[in-house]
Amino acid sequence: MIPTPPGPGTGTEAAKIGAPPAVEVRDLHVRLDGVPILTGVDLTVAAGEWVTVIGPNGAGKSTLLRAVGGLLPAPDAVRIFGTPLGALRRRERARVVATVAQSPVVPPGMAVLDYVLLGRTPYIPPLGRESAADLAVVDEVLGRLDLIDFRTRELATLSGGERQRVFLARALAQGATLLLLDEPTSALDIGHQQEVLELVDRLRGQHGLTVLATMHDLSIAGEYADRMVLLAAGRVAAAGPPREVLTEQLLSRHYRAHVKVIPTPHGPLVLPTRPGRHP
Amino acid sequence: MHQALKRGPSFPPAVIVRPAGLRKRWLAVGAFAVLVALVAGVSLGPVSLPPGSVAIELLNLLPGVRLDSGLTEREIAIVTELRLPRVVLGLLVGGLLALAGGAYQGVFRNPLADPYLLGVAAGAGLAVTVVLTLGVGSGGALSGLPVTIPLAAFVGSLGAVTMTYLLGAAGGRSRSPATLILAGVAVSAFLSAGQTYLLQRHAESIQAVYSWLLGRLATAGWQDVRLVLPYFLVTSLVVLLHRRELDVLSVGDDEAGSLGLHPQRSRYLLIAAASLGTAAAVSASGLIGFVGIIVPHTVRLLAGSSYRVILPLSLLFGGAFLALTDVVARTVAAPQEIPIGVVTALLGGPFFVLVLRTARRVLT
Ligand SMILES: Nc1ncnc2c1ncn2[C@@H]1O[C@H](COP(=O)(O)OP(=O)(O)OP(=O)(O)O)[C@@H](O)[C@H]1O
Ligand SMILES: [Mg+2]
Repeated sequence: MIPTPPGPGTGTEAAKIGAPPAVEVRDLHVRLDGVPILTGVDLTVAAGEWVTVIGPNGAGKSTLLRAVGGLLPAPDAVRIFGTPLGALRRRERARVVATVAQSPVVPPGMAVLDYVLLGRTPYIPPLGRESAADLAVVDEVLGRLDLIDFRTRELATLSGGERQRVFLARALAQGATLLLLDEPTSALDIGHQQEVLELVDRLRGQHGLTVLATMHDLSIAGEYADRMVLLAAGRVAAAGPPREVLTEQLLSRHYRAHVKVIPTPHGPLVLPTRPGRHP
Repeated sequence: MHQALKRGPSFPPAVIVRPAGLRKRWLAVGAFAVLVALVAGVSLGPVSLPPGSVAIELLNLLPGVRLDSGLTEREIAIVTELRLPRVVLGLLVGGLLALAGGAYQGVFRNPLADPYLLGVAAGAGLAVTVVLTLGVGSGGALSGLPVTIPLAAFVGSLGAVTMTYLLGAAGGRSRSPATLILAGVAVSAFLSAGQTYLLQRHAESIQAVYSWLLGRLATAGWQDVRLVLPYFLVTSLVVLLHRRELDVLSVGDDEAGSLGLHPQRSRYLLIAAASLGTAAAVSASGLIGFVGIIVPHTVRLLAGSSYRVILPLSLLFGGAFLALTDVVARTVAAPQEIPIGVVTALLGGPFFVLVLRTARRVLT
């Protein structure tokens, strides 16, 4: 087990007493349509930890999250809280793992309330209907995400950022202990971005959630993650606390980007710079 | 947001909003439509009977009810042996077609899907053409058997859907619903070509084949009802039990999978059930068009776009619609009957345009 580094909200008691990690990926290989996408990825996320996967476009971040979420056939390479994915029934898995995909389908004609209520699907008996408790959970989540006024709006009519909060609400309504968030804040303004990430972090503290996310805003990613994993070309190029992963050398090599990394008390600040100017 | 967070999670929202679902009011309207169709379908015809007396006679069919309707023996026989089975068949067939159409639209996430999408029509058409042409060619020996045409239509329908499935599944794991639709197009074209060829060679059977293709509700008493009923029960049970899953499927296979569903499995189970029901409907009454599209879309526009609303109401309104259409088909040009498929299509054509215009607004 990888020891969790010190950091805010890293009270991973479970990890310390040797409980199984929330996510354990060992030598994961994924081929899509015959194309190798992930080639031997290892990843451990301790219970209660926040790990953010970063990497350039096409590195395989979304593919990794889909595999962890059980949406790709990789039953042996992934363990969730010690259980191989393949051994979990789908409904059980859905109560433990909730996913916000990078670009979820927006069903035509569906209202926000009904969309968020879909998150309760794993709790609704196959022949039954949603209970008052399910509706209470949905209302609570809608309230937390500032979405009460949108309840009756058609999801398709919401702005990109509003939709993203609804997608997150659906995942939170699922009541899972492991959240897989694929760029959950890419369309949010700076204020909502902070609010949503703060909310997720607070829920993580209150309910002992584990977060595995991907993000493209590296500075913000570094502020919220306990650890980061840099994925490049289907492999793990670096892993560790933000200050070890967000280095000028690693970023310029794997992103082919010109950046300055400025250490601050909040974590490394990644500043894109124009090549050739202000040398 | 700040405020929402400060109020805390237990703060109840001021206005209670109910989630989508079948409202009792709509269920009552649907049941009422079925009753109206039942009474109107039994009352109207060459001999018109007073609807009140007909309603009483219908009540008399319930166990333990014995009321005097004032109808003669002969009129009672018309009600129970001639008209009632025909109306009931209309209710079953219309309900099945509308339900299957709604299910297909959900499974394929395509508002234009109808029950004949996967080759049911072409398969039944070819099989019936084979029976009629060969039957006529061999002196009517084959077509003389009353069960042959329904049986042929049934086998032809299911054979075509199976072909579509095998062809569409050839793509392997990554096959998408669209692959299946395209396979259905290919199979339909192939089978229709076979049918056209046969008709070219046996021009004398064209009229018989077309009168079957346009659809009609059979008048063979309770026999057809008994044949369709088991399929009706199986199909509506399977499809209605999956109504919530269809709502979940509408957010995509990945999401449905992460919500604990088995999208591919549900999809194929629903396709199988809807196809079985459609095949049974087609074998009893030929190819009745448009019901499978008109009814679910009307329900969608009026009562809501959740499949928990669309499917049960399609069953009720589809049945009522077809039973009432049959009244039009057999009274407008009495004593002749207009093929019921012509009536549904005449109503369905303009309606279809309307749906397309509204769908453009709703879907994009
Ligand atoms: N079905 C598929 N067949 C072939 N290649 C695929 C398939 N799906 C994804 N890929 C490829 O796999 C690679 C990784 O995709 P993935 O979505 O995981 O990238 P990502 O790291 O999430 O990128 P982004 O930052 O743009 O979201 C990409 O090059 C993509 O084109
Ligand atoms: Mg991605």
